[in-house]
Amino acid sequence: MSKITPSNKLTIADKSFDSRLLIGSSLYPNHQIMMDSIAASGSEVVTVAIRRINVQGGGESVIDMLADKYHILPNTAGCYTARDAVLTAQLAREAIGTNWIKLEVIGDEETLFPDVEHLLNAAEELVKDGFIVLPYCNDDPITCRKLADIGCAAVMPLGAPIGSGMGLRNPYNLEIICDQASVPVIVDAGIGTASDAAIAMELGCDGILLNSAIARARDPIKMADAMGRGVEAGRLAFQAGRIPKKLYADASSPTKGVIGA
Amino acid sequence: MSLQLRINGEDRTVDAGTIMELLRSEGVDDTARFVAVAVNGAVAPRADWTTRSLGNGDDVEIVNPVSGG
Repeated sequence: MSKITPSNKLTIADKSFDSRLLIGSSLYPNHQIMMDSIAASGSEVVTVAIRRINVQGGGESVIDMLADKYHILPNTAGCYTARDAVLTAQLAREAIGTNWIKLEVIGDEETLFPDVEHLLNAAEELVKDGFIVLPYCNDDPITCRKLADIGCAAVMPLGAPIGSGMGLRNPYNLEIICDQASVPVIVDAGIGTASDAAIAMELGCDGILLNSAIARARDPIKMADAMGRGVEAGRLAFQAGRIPKKLYADASSPTKGVIGA
Repeated sequence: MSLQLRINGEDRTVDAGTIMELLRSEGVDDTARFVAVAVNGAVAPRADWTTRSLGNGDDVEIVNPVSGG
């Protein structure tokens, strides 16, 4: 049987991708498992962070391994103010030579939820500065609409707190966001396993960005494969259109011609 | 030239007049593909590294990409 894959691509700004899964480069047991996991996931977009240089580093750096194979998406993880996030994005553009940025402005250490006020300000400044901005944001339709109106190339609402593996805490909001969005909706954060990714895609999300669920799985390479398939299955199911939910049974075998009746 | 700088959040005295001299004295490979520098909150483009003079009290950030989610 031939493998059916979704024919339509994920288009963000001026780029199109065959895979709707975007993947992080952190927390893997080692570099080889990271490379094998990314390959197994089918992802074409890989995120990196920007940090102060460590000259004692040694060994091949992650960016050297990834840069020529994948579309690199730097993030502003760890930034708590619009000012720091904007400078981090500008440093990322200088370092990597890309104007794409996964914009994170964190409001709280414990939840890692976004600071909406700073996020909107940073997004506006970066869009004006020519960036392709992909903001990590709350699962709030109004915030997502404002980010799209500012000119962000996608919105990336969280499914659950970063690294929590809780799945989709508010699928109904995500459905509203998908329904209203004028830009691609990518669920970023909270995915725990392949079914979470599939459910998000079935709701109509355009893509999934995750890291921990693969990198911290017992077998990251196998989970990467599962996530890739989960995203594809969910997308296909969304396109196919699910049947309505009913409280009572509706027989699938013919009701006429049953013996003894 | 001895300068009092803040380098990646640390106050230090260094012997460097330009960004390029600072990178070399810090042991940073200035030919490395993915290094970026900011001075006082603004990116200092690579093309300016050899000519851009640093001054006392300048706040310098030297960064590169690392693993991230």
